[in-house]
Amino acid sequence: MTALTFPAKFDYLDEIRDFVGDQARASGFNERDIYSIQLAADEAATNIIEHACDGIPEASFELTCDFKKDRLVITFFDHGKSFDPSKVAQPDIKADLSDRKIGGLGIFLMRKLMDEVRYEITPSGNLLTLVKRKG
Amino acid sequence: MEVTIKEFKHCNMVSVTGRVDSATAPQFTQALDDQMDKGVFKLVVDMSALEYMSSAGFRALLAAQRNCKRYNRGEVFLAKVPDRIREALELAGFTELFKTFADPLEAVGNF
Repeated sequence: MTALTFPAKFDYLDEIRDFVGDQARASGFNERDIYSIQLAADEAATNIIEHACDGIPEASFELTCDFKKDRLVITFFDHGKSFDPSKVAQPDIKADLSDRKIGGLGIFLMRKLMDEVRYEITPSGNLLTLVKRKG
Repeated sequence: MEVTIKEFKHCNMVSVTGRVDSATAPQFTQALDDQMDKGVFKLVVDMSALEYMSSAGFRALLAAQRNCKRYNRGEVFLAKVPDRIREALELAGFTELFKTFADPLEAVGNF
């Protein structure tokens, strides 16, 4: 299992995308799925940095990315603030320009791009799991 | 990520290259804000050399579109949107908020 630790800073998003992208490519995903995987991972990491680790000095999180059987499983583990995903309003993608709310877009995209998105609050931290099955 | 501006008679073109994510979105936002601060509300965002854009970039586009369309003074067109980015914009429900053109100069000509 390949596990990396990243400081909770946006500067590392490039590396995070490269890491999951390389794993996805090596596992035989097509270019469209590789992009989706990278985007989902970016949105996940961004939320951890922006929200979970907000205000926590020197915060970091752990990332794993492994191909098992027919699926890529990516996990993010942070030690920051937990949240309740069910309390995040879904963006109304049919609303017109002035009514369009921008919050919740990251979570919304993750759910659309990946086959499974699971969030668990554990005693030691928050575990986010993203799964993409090879088409 | 780099932004270059090209001025035309009726609009300005904002060409964004590279990757727009939460790290680089502030620069992209700044470039769009600079145009609007100068009173330019007719903008073509040329994506021909854009490799990647996350929701941070979508947010910047949305804010610019709202501002430009206010008082009917202008609009943001998207040009040469790469397939992957278009797919993500579709997922986010953003494609109906922007007129898109295959060619940046065609977009310019539509103002």
